[in-house]
Formats: sequence, C-alpha cells, structure tokens
Amino acid sequence: MKYYDKLIFELSKEGRVGYSLPVNQFPQAPEVPVQLRRAQPLRLPQVSEPDVVRHYTNLSQMNFGVDTGFYPLGSCTMKYNPKINEEMAALPGFAGLHPLMHAGLTKGALKVYQEMNKALSAITGMYAFTFDPCAGAHGELTGLMIMRQYHMNRGDMKRTKVIVPDSAHGTNPASAAVCGLEVVEVKSLENGRIDVEALKPLLTDEIAGIMMTNPNTLGLFETEIKTIAKLVHDAGGLLYYDGANMNPLMGVVRPGDMGFDIMHLNLHKTFSTPHGGGGPGSGPVGVAQHLEDCLPDIRVSGFHGNFGVILRAYAYILSLGKQHLRKVGQYSVLSANYIKESLKDVYKLPIEGVCKHEFVFDGLVNDGAHDDVPGATTLDVAKRLLDYGFHAPTIYFPLLFHQALMIEPTETESLETIDSFIAVMRKIAAEAAQDPEILRQAPHNAPITRPDETLAARNPVLKYEW
Amino acid sequence: MLEKIGVKKLEDLYSDVPAEFLKKGAYALPDALSEQQIRDYFASLEAMNAKLKVFVGAGAYDHYTPAVIPYITSRSEFLTAYTPYQCEISQGTLRYIFEYQSLMCELTSLDVSNASMYDGPTAAAEAMKMAVACARKKNRVLLSCALLPHVIKVVETYAKFHGVAIGYVPAPDGQTSLEALKAELAQDDVAGVIVPSVNRYGIIEDHTGFADAIHAEKGLLVEYCDPSALAVVKTPGEWGADIAVGDGQSLGLPLCYGGPYVGFMTVKKEHMRKMPGRIVGQTVDKQGRRAFVLTLQAREQHIKREKATSNICSNESLMALWVTVYLSLMGPEGLKEVNRISSDGAHYLYSELLKTGQFEEVFPDKPFLKEFVLKPKKFPGLMQQRLEKAGFFAALDTEEGYVSFCVTEKRTKEEIDLLVKTVKEG
Amino acid sequence: MSKILEGLKYSESHEWVKVEGDIAVVGVSDFAQKEMGDITYVDLPEADDEVTAGEEFGALESVKASSDLISPVSGTVVEVNADLEDAPEKVNEDAYGSWIIKVKMSDPSELDALLDAAGYKALIGE
Repeated sequence: MKYYDKLIFELSKEGRVGYSLPVNQFPQAPEVPVQLRRAQPLRLPQVSEPDVVRHYTNLSQMNFGVDTGFYPLGSCTMKYNPKINEEMAALPGFAGLHPLMHAGLTKGALKVYQEMNKALSAITGMYAFTFDPCAGAHGELTGLMIMRQYHMNRGDMKRTKVIVPDSAHGTNPASAAVCGLEVVEVKSLENGRIDVEALKPLLTDEIAGIMMTNPNTLGLFETEIKTIAKLVHDAGGLLYYDGANMNPLMGVVRPGDMGFDIMHLNLHKTFSTPHGGGGPGSGPVGVAQHLEDCLPDIRVSGFHGNFGVILRAYAYILSLGKQHLRKVGQYSVLSANYIKESLKDVYKLPIEGVCKHEFVFDGLVNDGAHDDVPGATTLDVAKRLLDYGFHAPTIYFPLLFHQALMIEPTETESLETIDSFIAVMRKIAAEAAQDPEILRQAPHNAPITRPDETLAARNPVLKYEW
Repeated sequence: MLEKIGVKKLEDLYSDVPAEFLKKGAYALPDALSEQQIRDYFASLEAMNAKLKVFVGAGAYDHYTPAVIPYITSRSEFLTAYTPYQCEISQGTLRYIFEYQSLMCELTSLDVSNASMYDGPTAAAEAMKMAVACARKKNRVLLSCALLPHVIKVVETYAKFHGVAIGYVPAPDGQTSLEALKAELAQDDVAGVIVPSVNRYGIIEDHTGFADAIHAEKGLLVEYCDPSALAVVKTPGEWGADIAVGDGQSLGLPLCYGGPYVGFMTVKKEHMRKMPGRIVGQTVDKQGRRAFVLTLQAREQHIKREKATSNICSNESLMALWVTVYLSLMGPEGLKEVNRISSDGAHYLYSELLKTGQFEEVFPDKPFLKEFVLKPKKFPGLMQQRLEKAGFFAALDTEEGYVSFCVTEKRTKEEIDLLVKTVKEG
Repeated sequence: MSKILEGLKYSESHEWVKVEGDIAVVGVSDFAQKEMGDITYVDLPEADDEVTAGEEFGALESVKASSDLISPVSGTVVEVNADLEDAPEKVNEDAYGSWIIKVKMSDPSELDALLDAAGYKALIGE
C-alpha cells in the first residue's frame, strides 16, 4: 500500500467531462422559475473518465479488505464474501425492478423474500421475518418497536424499560433510547456471564424485556439462558436476541429454541454479504409466532429493505444448504479456540474455558514496561499487526477489560493463515517485551502513520474548501 | 487443532450449551447447490420478474448508471472492508467519504454532512429526532402532506416510539401551505418542520417565508430533497434550512426493488454536534501528511451508548462511494444535462398525454421537473394493464386518485410516443 | 501528582466549586482533566438553565470518551464560559483557571456535602 494524496476536487479542470448522455430529442420545457432556481454555482469536480478510474483505483490501494488479508475484527464476522453472490445481485431482472411495482410484476423478487423467510426461520427457530431493516442497529430498533407494540396491543402501557447487560454492544442501549425505552443495566459476573441474582430484582412490571446476545460479547455462551428466559417471561417481559453473534450457532443452536421471542440477523456478518466499508448491510428481524401480529405495524425503511443484500445472502444460503450449515458454526468456534489456546501464554486471558466464535484478551502478559519506559498497549499491538499484513482485532471493547483485544477469526480462514497470524502475534509479544517503542511507533509501513485525532476533533475540517 | 484446544471432537466445543438446546435432526433447508446450479436457479427467478421501461418515480428514479461506477465499487479493497476503524489502512474509504461529505454540502449549500444513512425516509426520521433534541423543550414536528407517502410513514413510525408528536401541514393546491404552517407554529410547541423541495406531485415548492416563520418560533426547517434536482432548483441552504435530508438514489443508484439506497443528511454548522452517524474529518499524521479519520465520535453509540444522538452504526458506505463516483463523472454540466433531458422529456409526455383527452390537469400552474400527476377521466386499471403489456411501468396510482408519471434521461422519444399511443388505444 | 487548590470545595465526581456569595463557580479538577486526556469539546448548558445537585449539566469529550459533568449544587446557570467552546484545551492547560459554569445557588447548604481539599486528596488517593 502506498500513500496517495489527491482528492477528486484537486484533479478538476474547467470544461473536462466524464459522462456520456444521449442527445436531447425533446422540445425545450419551460425553465425553472427564477425564484425557485439554484442561484449558487454548482461546483462539482470536472474530470475525465480515466481521471476518475485512476483516482479511485489509487484510493482503493490505501484500503484493506477481507480479500486483502486476514481480518479478525471481533463481533464483525469478517468472513469471505463469495463472488457468485455479487453476480446474482447484479442481474438486470433484479437491479431494474422499481420498488412500487405491484406483486404481479415482481414474482421473482417476492419468491426470494418468501424463500428467505423460510430459510431464516429454519436456521433461527423463529416464526417469521421482516426484511425492512437495513443494518444490525436498525434491526435492533425494529425489534424493540415490536416489543413495545406487543405490550401496547395488550394495553400494558407501563412497560417502558429494557434490561441490557453491561457487556452489550453500544447499539443496544442506543437503540433502546431511540425506541423510547429506558435502559436498565444488569451486571456481569466475574466469569463474564449475566448475573442471574442481579437480574431478579430488576424484573418489575415496568420491564418490556431484555436484550441479549448469546454467545455474549466475550464469546461466552450464556449457560443460564434457560433460567433467564423463564424469569423474564414469568415477569411478563420478552427476550430479544442480538444476532451480531449468531455465527457460532449456525447449524448447531437456534435462538428460538432457547426462548428468544424477537431477534435480528446481520446478513453482512453471518450470511457473507460484503461489508462495503460500513454498509450496506441488512438486519432482518424474526419473531416468534405470538408476535406475528405486531409486524405489520412497523415501517422502518422506505420500501422493502436492502433487496440487493438479501439476494446475496440467499445465494449464500443456497450454496450452504442443509448439508454445510453446521460447518459454519463449528469451524468458526474451532478457529477461535485454537487461536486462544495458542496465544494465552503471551496475552492475558481473563476468562478461561471454551469460547464460541470469538474471545477477548486483556492486553499483553509482558508489555515491556520498565523504569521510565511505558509498556505497549492494546492499541500498539493493533497498530503493529498492520505492519505484518493483518487487520487488527476489535480493541477496547467490551468495556469490561481495560486492554480488551477481541479476536474473531471466522470459519473461512485456512489453518495456514491462522498459524501465520499466531506466529505474528507471538512475534509482536516478543517485540513488546524487548522494545515496546517499536510497537508504540507502529504502523511503520502503512500508507500513513498514526494521525492526530485530537486535532481532528478540536478543529473539525469536514469538507473540502475550494 | 482439536488437540491444541484439548477436546476430542468438534461437538465438544459446544459442551457448555445445555443439551436440550443442541439442534437435533436436519434443518429444514434446501439441498446445497453448486455455483452452476445457483446461477441457473437465479436466472429462473429473474425471469419471473417483469422487465419494463420505468415511467414512475415516487422516491425511486431510473437514472442512468455509468459503467465506471460498478467497476469501481466492486473493487474488493472497497467492497470487502468494514467501517474504517483502523484509519492507517482505511485511507481509501475515509477519503471517499470526505469527498462524499464535501459533495453533499455543495449540492445542499449546507456546512456539514455525515457519512450516510440507510435511506431517505430514515434520514428524515433522524432529522425529526434531531429537531426535538435541538429544541429541548418542544416536542412536536410538522410534516408537509406533500412529502412522499413512504417518508411520512417511516417518520410516523419513529415518532410513535420515540415519543414525538406529529402534526401535518396541508398542501391543498399542490404546494405546502405557508398559512397553514403559521397556524400550527402559533401553538408554540413545534421543534421542527419537514417540507419537500420537490414534492410528491413532482412540483418544485416555493418556500419563501418558511425559514423566517419557523425560526421566529425557534424551530428547525428540514428540507427533504431529491439531490439530483438540486443541480437546478433552489437549495436547502438558499431557502435558509437548518437540515437537508433525502435519498441519494437518484444519483445513479440502480432501482434494485428499493435498496440498497443511501440516505443523506447535511446541517448548518451550529447543529453539527447533534448530528447522527459517522463523520470523517481531515487531520495530519505524525509526519505531517494529510490524513483522514472518523471524528466527533463522542456523539456516537459506541461511546455515548443510550445518550448517543442515534443508534446508527453501519450505514450505506459503499453507496456513498457510488454517489461520489457518479457526481465526479457527471460534473456540473452532466448533472444539469440529466435534469434538462428528464424535464424536457417529462413536459413532452405531459402535453402528449393531455392531448389524448383522457386526463385532466391537477395543478396546471405549478412548475415541475421530471415527475407530474394527472387525473384520469376514467378508472385507470385497464390503461395500466395495457401499458404493462406494451412494456411500460407507468401511471402509478396515488392516494389522491391521480396517476403519477416520471421521465428520466434514459427514456427516449420513441418510448414516449409508444406509451402515448398505448394510452390512446383505450 | 494532580494539583488540588486549597479553599475550593470538591465533589466526588471531580468537579470543583468556588463560592462567591450566592454564586457557585464550577469547574473540573486537575485530576479529572488528566484522566480524560486531551479534551476536544466541552458540552455546555445555556444561561438560565436549571441544574440540580448530583445531576448532569454537560459533558467533557475526548477522542474516545465522553464524561458527564455533574452539578455539585442546585440552582440557575447565570453564565457559561463560552471561551471553552472554541478552546476546550484550556481545561487541560489550567483546570482551575477554566471555570465552566456559574450557578446562582438555590440551596447553599448543599455545599456542606462537598469535600474540602484534604478530603478530595484522600478521595483520589494521591
């Protein structure tokens, strides 16, 4: 990767064009009345097609994707994105469909939704899905709306609080707030799991439900889920399943069977659709049968959700079929445990035992701190990994550990790739013990060195001035 | 690998899961397909969809997509990356988002853009929440009845659960009524007002006096826009708006049955800290070179949790790249030409349809661009069927009993003449 | 070692109070600014806002964190330090010279619940 410094505006040259439009065959329409007309000049780049292609090719070369290398970003499930999915989503008979065409014109698209509904219900043990949400957090919000709608339909208006574990993804409490719910936090035990005793007194008649992910954000299975489900249901609440961590359960365990009433899936995580630099995703929401009536009341996006993403996920499910689904879950768990066991002598493992698809280290065993020399932190380890051609894990999340380093390898990496990652992680640990400054100055061979984020926040420059 | 972990078989990795939750028996899924079989099956699904020339807009516009765009956006370095958390190896993503933000500010004449939202309607819903957050004590947001129906529905859904009261401003003559707006504002509880720049009837609205009236009551003016049209119509900034939102789909994104699209939001600088979503900012690296980072993150869910400005995390980043490449290719002249051809074509269709004698004008004095409504003199069902049979998706029914048409630069004179002929034959 | 000024009152959430008649001048301690690291933004209330002892009235932000400001007293905000809007780094440079809000106290007896310099020193354990 090499540093390239241009912005598209800096390539602009008066009069240059990069478009090809048909000759206007129509009589001239009336001009936009002057009081309704744009008065300011329109300053867009004036560049040729080759300029555009070279510029964005150069930009792309400062980027790292799953196709570039190993991307063990915890909680993000950066698995390989099969290319057939891309080709299927781009078929003109799908890409050219107007969203307001009636059912008679869109039979193929509707069949995709029906088949996906069946497939996701089979995989999760839910009864029916809505495909409107466009991302995971959007799915959470939709699911919480369904939760509230359920209570409202029963005339139970006082259930305005939702329980969220302290280890939850930040989107959980944020989604609750957008949905008008007050967040009640439940603490984790030292083993990282929900404290059932601490949960009990929280379960009042004001509780709409609980948001959980299982395995939780430490990659640990919530072994008390049966008790938790019973307690919450007995108190009149519902259980929401955050599907961000569904990958290890693929083909092995179904959220619906564990007692969850509502859940979302991240098709861009578990179902292999590309993350696109932060979207588009898709966050379909499934509900148990007793909540089906609440679905039609909820309209959270313009049309039918991110159809293009749903098509990709459908192609993925068909390629797995009932024969291979189980391998997704099992191999993701196998890879994670193998890495954990191979590195726990040099990185602090706060919670022993078998994990699911991901796990969390709490920094280096020996960070190299001595005398006045500060030790290497998790941030430094992450930056040093970039030098060795790996993406960094998720860092400083979950908040339960100060030096959290959350690793999720996924099922699509070979043993050779995983072993080379382990070797590099060990090498970095050795470097830290020897000379932490090497890590503190990393990355050394990325397109840029560490940027001044304080400057960016204190003096925001958020657009190009020209 | 199993040996290193200290277990005997793969199933042992799930020993912590209560046995009753381990799925027994096969999943009710189809058999695995080979790549060839997937291709054949999708071809059969695709063939079940109608392939029609699109003469409908209503929030999704069939503009042309230059070949360069899918070529660039399918580059795996963009496509298979995630949110640019590790900025040192994400400068490609961060730079195009910075360019995207700059372009959206330019189109809307406002100061600050975020990195994208899910779609236009959700961007409008976020603007509704933002207006309430800025106003602090006021809790009602007004929606113009001339906003697209799907925008109103999504905003209503968010408002219901977020606890925001919604009011409506009618548009009896095809344009949001300033008089009705003033009457609502007089109730002293209005945090913000969302009005369409070009409305559900295709009419270019006149918002003279709107900003003054709303600001006098300390509310925010939100303009819902078709960004393509902002090349030629008065911009949110020029109308004095505080927030602009809309759907970037009209900037070259395929229709794709409604998504993925890309919501946008731009705001005046003073509202920057209340804005939802990711924002990219410029800074320098240790060697003083220009570099880009995610910034102002203390607004966001991963730091503020339940106090964040929004719950949005993943957005529509790749579609923001799509829009950025589109605007770069089109440039100022290309985007104006797209509007010119679309508008000329729409006006031609409008006058030809009137000549058939089968329609009445609804808003004869109101200016429009690429989209318009007419009132059919008789029940339009048969005409719509004939149009479909002739290869057209046109004359979309509206809630008001009109039919709606839209013409983009992709539509030819021959197509329009055939469409009109098909209408006449009824 | 963090600086602690004699003669000020301190809260357990690391705000300091300087009493000027019925006005409480409020800022954050040197210890708090060090814990935050580089402060990038001070989220201020507006004049005439009501504040309540023990409840948030604003926030300090750094690149990766946001920390609520908790009011040590109840009353009405009479002035906010607008200089901090454009220069949040002043809190890092001089925590005691950079007051954040001035509050006209509604219940000055609330001051009794605050710590003195010695008590605050014991609290932060330095």
